Amino acid sequence: MEDPVLIGEAMTGGYGGADILHSCTIAVEKGQIAVIVGPNGAGKSTAMKAVFGMLKLREGQVRLGGEDITSLSPQARVAKGMGFVPQTNNIFPSMTVEENLEMGAFIRQDNFRDTMEQVFTLFPILREKRRQPAGELSGGQRQQVAVGRALMTKPSVLMLDEPTAGVSPIVMDELFDRIIEVARTGISILMVEQNARQALEIADKGYVLVQGANRFTDTGQALLADPEVRKSFLGG
Amino acid sequence: MDPLNAIVLLANFVIVPALAYGSQLALGALGITLIYGILRFSHFAHGDIMAFGTAIVIMTTWGLQGAGITFGVLPTALLALPVGIAATILYLLAADRTVYRFYRKVRAKPMIFVMASLGVMFVTNGITRLIIGPGEQRFDDGTRFVFSVRDFREWSGLAEGLALRSAQALTIIVALIAMVLLFWFLNRTRAGKSMRAYSDNEDLALLSGINPERVVIITWAIAGTLMVLAGTLYGLDKSFRPFTYFQLLLPFFAAAILGGLGNPLGAIVGAYVVAFSEMGITYAWRRFFQHLLPDDWAPAGLMQLLPVDYKFAVTFAILVLVLIFRPTGIFRGKSI
Repeated sequence: MEDPVLIGEAMTGGYGGADILHSCTIAVEKGQIAVIVGPNGAGKSTAMKAVFGMLKLREGQVRLGGEDITSLSPQARVAKGMGFVPQTNNIFPSMTVEENLEMGAFIRQDNFRDTMEQVFTLFPILREKRRQPAGELSGGQRQQVAVGRALMTKPSVLMLDEPTAGVSPIVMDELFDRIIEVARTGISILMVEQNARQALEIADKGYVLVQGANRFTDTGQALLADPEVRKSFLGG
Repeated sequence: MDPLNAIVLLANFVIVPALAYGSQLALGALGITLIYGILRFSHFAHGDIMAFGTAIVIMTTWGLQGAGITFGVLPTALLALPVGIAATILYLLAADRTVYRFYRKVRAKPMIFVMASLGVMFVTNGITRLIIGPGEQRFDDGTRFVFSVRDFREWSGLAEGLALRSAQALTIIVALIAMVLLFWFLNRTRAGKSMRAYSDNEDLALLSGINPERVVIITWAIAGTLMVLAGTLYGLDKSFRPFTYFQLLLPFFAAAILGGLGNPLGAIVGAYVVAFSEMGITYAWRRFFQHLLPDDWAPAGLMQLLPVDYKFAVTFAILVLVLIFRPTGIFRGKSI
């Protein structure tokens, strides 16, 4: 079988001290959406940080497009084609929307106007507000800025850490729609979500983590249909 | 009643001097605010490094004068500026390499940086006194006045006169050019934007591939340039003495905090507010009101709120009031 675009295989490690992840495996295929769900403290964000290199792994391997990137720094991974949207502090608040996008493209030496145009097409509200400081936008709009910033490097994989945290249900639905659109352009998406049910609905692949280990792994629909997953993690 | 004379009087003794002083403070406060925004600490060595840079400018000026080179109607010190700026930037980068970089690497708390900058301040203080001595130096040459009190009286026929000294005009013009260039750099260039991004959100800037060491070097270079400009212009306008320059630290910080730390526009506004407050509160307003009010209403006292010796008390009061009532400053900078 061919390697997925991105795979963190049998990852074990923590922030020094005890391990948080125990042989945890996360992967995403090209143009697909993979979602990590699980109870609080299950190590969802930690697993994502491990894939992005913000956490030192004791065991296991991370491969991007078949290449071993386990020893690379997060910055080097960005250059290799990974985009990361942190959960909080994910924009430059005093800079305009347009400047935020420019900073996203900082490592690019070529002309990035086309990419910015694509981001504006994807998030039309950002075009409207492009001269406004990003810190003055609403929560949902800021998340769009954050995702747009990460898209400026034309990543092959986009990683989102709880993109819908703290936004209203309507905005959440809209954000999920946008994320599906991003995936349709061929970019693989890996995200951590609190809103497990809605996230699994759009997921091609779902990972249910418990205490830093894989508990269930299946397509989003199959996990939603699994009575055990429903009972334990989706509230019936 | 003679409002025209009152305005001319005020311009001569308060407005023009405060504009010049405010411009000098603005250049210093801009450096403070940039360093605070990007390196995230209060740079206490600012006044003394300004004295160091100015000392280099003065000695270069003497050298040029000794060689018979002058700048016509303009002060020779302007020709010496590049030497002073280069020396100061090198000095700041050396301080960064030997002192601050270590604390950046271990991610020390801001207070430790402040203490380190205090150490740099004492060292610089000693170096400046070694190379030029603790005494007062005057190094202005060229034309002294754009127009003098007598010129103005003859031209206008008013009882009160207004003088504009070349150093004051030069200060205002140079400060204006420096500010425009700085804002152009910060808002229009890639390097400037990366500085603002780093100041806004350090982690995200790293994630975006912005090299922090490069940002730090650019910041020191800009702050050093602004310091030498401020110091040289202050010295031309008044006079140079290392201790006076150290004392300027208080109005610099007052201006930067009043405007909102980390906000360049705030530093400029804050600087002029501090300058006008110092001048306005220590000015004897009697003659002004004699011109403005009917004769029998004229005030008997000096109408001076505080003696000139207390001008730093005004600045200190502003600083305390801002910290109590609006710690983020006028333009909502970073809270300290």
